[in-house]
Amino acid sequence: MNVVTPFEGIGASVKRKEDLRFLSGRGQYTDDINRPGQAHAYILRSPHAHARIKGVDTAAAAAMPGVAAIYTSADLAAIGGIPCGWQIHNKDGTPMAEPKHPVLAEGKVRHVGDPVAVVVAETRQQARDAAEHIHVDYEVLPASVTMAQAQAPGAPAVHDDNPSNLCYDWHIGDKAATDAAFAAAAHTVVFETTNNRLVPNAMEPRAAIGDYDTTTGEHTLYTTSQNPHVIRLLMGAFVLQIPESKLRVVAPDVGGGFGSKIYHYAEEAIVTWAAAKLGRPVKWTADRSESFMSDAHGRDHISRAELALDAEGKFLGLRVHTQANMGAYLSTFAPCVPTYLYATLLAGVYSTPAIYAEVKAVFTNTVPVDAYRGAGRPEATYLLERLVDVAAKQTGFDKVELRRRNFIPTDAFPYQTPVALQYDSGDYFSTLEQALETAGWATFEQRRAEAKARGRLRGIGISTYLEACGIAPSAVVGSLGARAGLYEVGTIRVHPTGSVTVLTGTHSHGQGHETTFAQLIADKLGVSIANVDIVHGDTAKIPFGMGTYGSRSLAVGGSAMDKAMDKIIAKGKRIAAHLMEASVEDVEFERGTFRVAGTDKTKSLTDISLAAYVPHNYPIDEIEPGLEETAFYDPKNFTYPGGCHIAEVEIEIETGEVRMVNFTAVDDVGRVINPMIVEGQVQGGVAQGIGQALLEGCVYDSHGQLISASMMDYTMPRADDLAPVSVATHTTLCTHNPLGVKGCGEVGAIGSPPAVINAVVDALRDYDISHVEMPATQEKIWSIIHGKR
Amino acid sequence: MPQVSLTVNGKQHTVEVEGRTLLVELLREKLRLTGTHVGCDTSQCGACVVHVDGESVKSCTTLAVMCDGASVTTIEGLAKPDGTLHPMQEAFREYHALQCGFCTPGMVMSAVDLVAKNPQGLSEKEIREGLEGNLCRCTGYHNIVKAIAAAQDVMHGKRETVAAAAE
Repeated sequence: MNVVTPFEGIGASVKRKEDLRFLSGRGQYTDDINRPGQAHAYILRSPHAHARIKGVDTAAAAAMPGVAAIYTSADLAAIGGIPCGWQIHNKDGTPMAEPKHPVLAEGKVRHVGDPVAVVVAETRQQARDAAEHIHVDYEVLPASVTMAQAQAPGAPAVHDDNPSNLCYDWHIGDKAATDAAFAAAAHTVVFETTNNRLVPNAMEPRAAIGDYDTTTGEHTLYTTSQNPHVIRLLMGAFVLQIPESKLRVVAPDVGGGFGSKIYHYAEEAIVTWAAAKLGRPVKWTADRSESFMSDAHGRDHISRAELALDAEGKFLGLRVHTQANMGAYLSTFAPCVPTYLYATLLAGVYSTPAIYAEVKAVFTNTVPVDAYRGAGRPEATYLLERLVDVAAKQTGFDKVELRRRNFIPTDAFPYQTPVALQYDSGDYFSTLEQALETAGWATFEQRRAEAKARGRLRGIGISTYLEACGIAPSAVVGSLGARAGLYEVGTIRVHPTGSVTVLTGTHSHGQGHETTFAQLIADKLGVSIANVDIVHGDTAKIPFGMGTYGSRSLAVGGSAMDKAMDKIIAKGKRIAAHLMEASVEDVEFERGTFRVAGTDKTKSLTDISLAAYVPHNYPIDEIEPGLEETAFYDPKNFTYPGGCHIAEVEIEIETGEVRMVNFTAVDDVGRVINPMIVEGQVQGGVAQGIGQALLEGCVYDSHGQLISASMMDYTMPRADDLAPVSVATHTTLCTHNPLGVKGCGEVGAIGSPPAVINAVVDALRDYDISHVEMPATQEKIWSIIHGKR
Repeated sequence: MPQVSLTVNGKQHTVEVEGRTLLVELLREKLRLTGTHVGCDTSQCGACVVHVDGESVKSCTTLAVMCDGASVTTIEGLAKPDGTLHPMQEAFREYHALQCGFCTPGMVMSAVDLVAKNPQGLSEKEIREGLEGNLCRCTGYHNIVKAIAAAQDVMHGKRETVAAAAE
């Protein structure tokens, strides 16, 4: 009964275990939770980008029906600011500017949406009604909205004690070697671009419920988080000074994250603090418009890249200067995104010998910016893959051949780049060839001619990309400024009758961990996935963990489970040896069966687990009863997925509308556990990448007002904006984790934007342009075609 | 406060609501039917879609008082009482048409109505256009489109199961 069929293990497209509850309306997201006696919080936010708070009058609001309390920063004087989890150092070795990020605005508001006051009332509607009666006396100040404005002499200072608005001025690579490469170059190519600011827009708005047990002094926070243990650490230690033992953080079903739910947000601290203050649960759920002005945004770089090539088209050197918008405050991981998740990726799949990159991070009066699906790697990939296309056009080399000529050879791994990373494995030639074949690259010109006959401009674009996942090891990231370790934790609990509960510190918010992780257990321990339960998202149940982001869950979290399973097997062998009166060395284990080598003497995992919990006949002098093991896994390196994406678009000449007609992704994500889920992850990532390339852009007006603050104003990709995506994989194994896996969550969003823009530029090859900025909206394209640029 | 009497998933309810109470608030907060979700505040995302007297509506822009006497079906009422899933639910699972699950209830309810209103059958393009009122951030829609195409064959009696339609 408990023996697994091979169809459930690694490589099987098992249907998802989690689907039934989601499909029948029985998921439990944070806003679905209601605690007895709960009150509701509404957060009054700044309507201004930059203003001094001269006074807050809450008297009228406090008299409104149902109001339990109103809080402003004065009430929170005893609690800390929201911490930043990563410290970057400037070129001169000094630490970055790290201004206080108060939970509620103190003295000044610094972006539209900055929280100013909290109303707690019996109902959400009452809290909102009362908030309308709070009078905030603002002295509106000029705002530094763009990075150019923020860096101009005499610019409005986002933080009064930092008139430069500079967070850090950082660099990486060998400047002298890069300068020398340019001096010796046959060709030099320059490309300048803006990587558009995006709003993550997970479909579930953020929500948080604080609960407090007055008898035990225990706090519980239910929150829409990708990493509950990280929130417990940051909020408990830095903001509210609550010891871990008295703070439970639960992240139940979470409706998408894409990075935006990694960070510790003010609302989490507010409801936790207010619940204790009031002695009753306090719930807050964001409106979508609040999400737009309070969830950390993504991307927002301005870059200049220069490439030096020799006469044969070999890349000699790459020089990059990037300005990265931090927004008004430093979100949890913001400083590492344009540095260690961006500039370290600038070698891409190429053997460029000399690279030098400078990054300036700038404060502006906008919503904080942090990691959004891909985080730094899409920005690096976009810059590099557009640059290569621009170089091909300028030098006359074929754009595919130019790439091929510069690929890191397949036999050159492990490969040390000039920007710190060491790639363990990859085969960029195979993913390229497979993608060219699938996309029909060779026959494209026929399709272009056929489209032209229909009044459409057809273009094809390619991107050969690489990314880095499962950021680690802890010692290295610590030396680079991370204020956390980046290991993962897995506990395997084999119950007496052989079913298995897995506790993982990662968190699933759409990735299908309950299925994929169960397949790991099925494959190794031979337990049917029906008898494997994956538990995540609760600090009271799970020993520890760092959560889910950066495509780390399988590579780091799965590897921790694998290590824990090794311990289970090792202990099981000792029990089995005792039961079968053999020596431990002679006991073999495969998929649920312990066997004395070369004999037909076997014990099932269930025999062993039963013996472990009912230790009547048991080696009790040697080992303890029970069958439960925990492993902390700290990887030796990042993993390096890569591949090739090819986009094909058609532009309607009359209207300038860009239609996706084909998209091909061939990705190397390492060993594939569940092909169906991998395909879904890539399709979803590509949709977000197409969204960035063609549709999405966060817009502020000149006063810092957020113009694109609703789903009516910010263009989310809809079903008819997209075309089918052909997904295939070509596997090289990760060499340093036990599963050989690399990660698939972000590849789609990383590889696709340059492929799409390269296709758009190709479609417009008869017009005198070298580039179209993202998003390549209908208006921009129409203006190019009709000469109205 | 006004009273609303309505049938939800076959069960009669009479509840007091404010004049401004939305149908989704009645469902989620008064009846604790939390399968219907709120994903936006501008009637764009469709996470809140339910059926009112057989029509798909966005319950975030429907006042509860407008539903007096109505029969409402939510995602919780779509499967048969014995738990047998609706073909659309089956198809979503079969084709991996959901990831985080948050848009899924509204997506499924919209899709059921879309297919029911088009007995002639829908092309891929028509399905994509028919999903205009529903946003999904996870899947890229492709598998949703495939699931709806498979489910419509079952709903129109052309196939026995969604899996068979896959062939």
